[in-house]
Amino acid sequence: MWEYSDKVKDHFKNPRNVGSIENADAIGEAGALSCGDKLKLYLKIDNGIITNAKFQTFGCGSAVAASSILTEMVIGKTIEEAKKITNKQIADALDGLPPEKLHCSVMGREALEDALKNYEGEDWEEVTLEDEKQSKIICHCFEVTEDAIIEAVTKNGARNLEDIGRLTGAGTACGRCKELIQNIINKYVKNEKEKLNPVQKIIKINTIIETVIAPELKKDMGDIELVNVDGNNVYVKLKGHCSSCANSKLTLKNFVETKLKELVDDEIVVINE
Amino acid sequence: MKNVYLDNNATTRIDDKVIEKMMPYLTDNYANPSSMYDTAHVCANAIEEARCQVADFLGVKNEKNIIFTSCATESANTAIKGVVSHYGNKETKNHIITTQVEHPCVLSVYENLEKKGYKATYVPVNENGELNIDSLLSKITPETILVSVMHANNETGAIYPVYDIAREVKKINKDIKVFVDGVQAAGKIPIELEDTDIDFYSISGHKFHAPKGVGALYVKKGNLFEPLMLGGHQENSLRAGTQNTPYIVGLGEAAKLAKENLTYELTEVKRLRDKLENGILSSVKNAKLNSKSSQRVPNTTNIGFEYIEGELILLYLNELNINASSGSACTSGSLDPSHVLRAQKVPFTSLHGSIRFSLSRFTTEEEVDYAIKNVPEVIKKLARISPFQDELKALGL
Repeated sequence: MWEYSDKVKDHFKNPRNVGSIENADAIGEAGALSCGDKLKLYLKIDNGIITNAKFQTFGCGSAVAASSILTEMVIGKTIEEAKKITNKQIADALDGLPPEKLHCSVMGREALEDALKNYEGEDWEEVTLEDEKQSKIICHCFEVTEDAIIEAVTKNGARNLEDIGRLTGAGTACGRCKELIQNIINKYVKNEKEKLNPVQKIIKINTIIETVIAPELKKDMGDIELVNVDGNNVYVKLKGHCSSCANSKLTLKNFVETKLKELVDDEIVVINE
Repeated sequence: MKNVYLDNNATTRIDDKVIEKMMPYLTDNYANPSSMYDTAHVCANAIEEARCQVADFLGVKNEKNIIFTSCATESANTAIKGVVSHYGNKETKNHIITTQVEHPCVLSVYENLEKKGYKATYVPVNENGELNIDSLLSKITPETILVSVMHANNETGAIYPVYDIAREVKKINKDIKVFVDGVQAAGKIPIELEDTDIDFYSISGHKFHAPKGVGALYVKKGNLFEPLMLGGHQENSLRAGTQNTPYIVGLGEAAKLAKENLTYELTEVKRLRDKLENGILSSVKNAKLNSKSSQRVPNTTNIGFEYIEGELILLYLNELNINASSGSACTSGSLDPSHVLRAQKVPFTSLHGSIRFSLSRFTTEEEVDYAIKNVPEVIKKLARISPFQDELKALGL
């Protein structure tokens, strides 16, 4: 059971402004059925002021509460004022959300932005929100910055999304930032790979061939032997079943090289002697 | 209305008779069962009686084949890790098989072993949540050392043909070990392990009216494994740690009562479950049955409500004192939709709105009627909040 504030409970039990507005001046959407949450926001705008707002939400209790309070927050505001509403303000207005549920406030913010974008069309100008001014935020649900993720990779040895999630919380709520996080991991883990000196590299290649690649080839009655390593050129000899197999080139390209690229260096080229 | 508890696959209330039986061991009979005096002997005897009760419950002749543990998660970890450590190696005996719909206590162990260099195959199920035995057998290689299949699924109640699977696996290679997670079968359907090819079978006390914190593992004679807990010589040196006398006594009594109540479970509990299921499906227009397996435990139904999110349904049901669950309780912390329902390809329209109702022998007709009356009203109310008004109207809501 989540620790919902009384305000969150009040808003999902008695949601305000549910429904649609006929002839709405602006409609915004965020989320999708497949993700498990979707918000549709309808606005009535007179002389630059939001005079009415309604919502329809498919989502959990906190998604309904965030949508409900968002409609209350925007009514009476000018477009410029509404543009500056952050997801943190939405969460604060609900007396906070459980960390795992902060993405619901992000969805509210996204639907509002979408509605105002649709309303202004070509006149739309991006505003820089308060929380984006400092370090670049990667995970908006937990407000985890790029620096924090880099630190998790370089100082705490995080190697995958799971590690980052455990250390920083990033990527564990809505998951929309997973790709950005993976890119950061790839960038910094790759930098580490390049730090191997030539001897360390040869030892590593040899170990991987013996413990990872050879056992796989042995399954198909084949085997592999490391002949030489020259820079990023890895010379190998295929034995047994593999050497006469028509698929051997493909095996080399697809398997040996992929494995070595993944585990040692992206630049490795495998050559069959 | 007082609390209407329809979440018995999560946990069950402790039977009063179980508490009664446990009480002396929580008070006067506190001696360490391994000690050398009469009062300790009383405790050791009580543990052995419980072992016989559990063996009888599982259809096992020799009670020495039962090991007491702290829970079914420990039992599963003991069996899987123990088999892999004892029989496996990373070169020639490195392959383990299970299904995509297992409980996290099996899936997580498999994933952990994958990280350590073992190879795992997760066999899919069809759209009814059923497992194809031939498809599972086709995954066996000379490297395979372990096959794990649950007896019944916690989310849908689907029963898997574990006796047949074990027999067919052994026909291909008698050295492959078969572990069965029996947590959701225990107390709901008959279990007869003697003369089967199942090597390991796990159960959890709190799923059949014993307290939380006690479980058991059946180990067929002739199987070795590396124990998870090392220390003293308790449980034949297979599970170190001072035995939890009161809880083991509780587990034994609960096993005895579960066996006595099995006919009630298969007839009366099933009747109430069917009444609830039919009552909801017939009056809620966006309701779809997820428990579609031809073989199912008598107490479980899983229903998807299209275009409405599950947590919101649970929160509204909670307001009416109806307790149910959306996916398994272990899954809900991650916010991901149920891996079980995804495996049987439940469409997104109803995947996120899937609710499990699970009954027990303590569920009353009055409670079921209350749920049949209130669930449809909650769904109608929530349908008005959904952004999918056109789709819901097309369904008649």
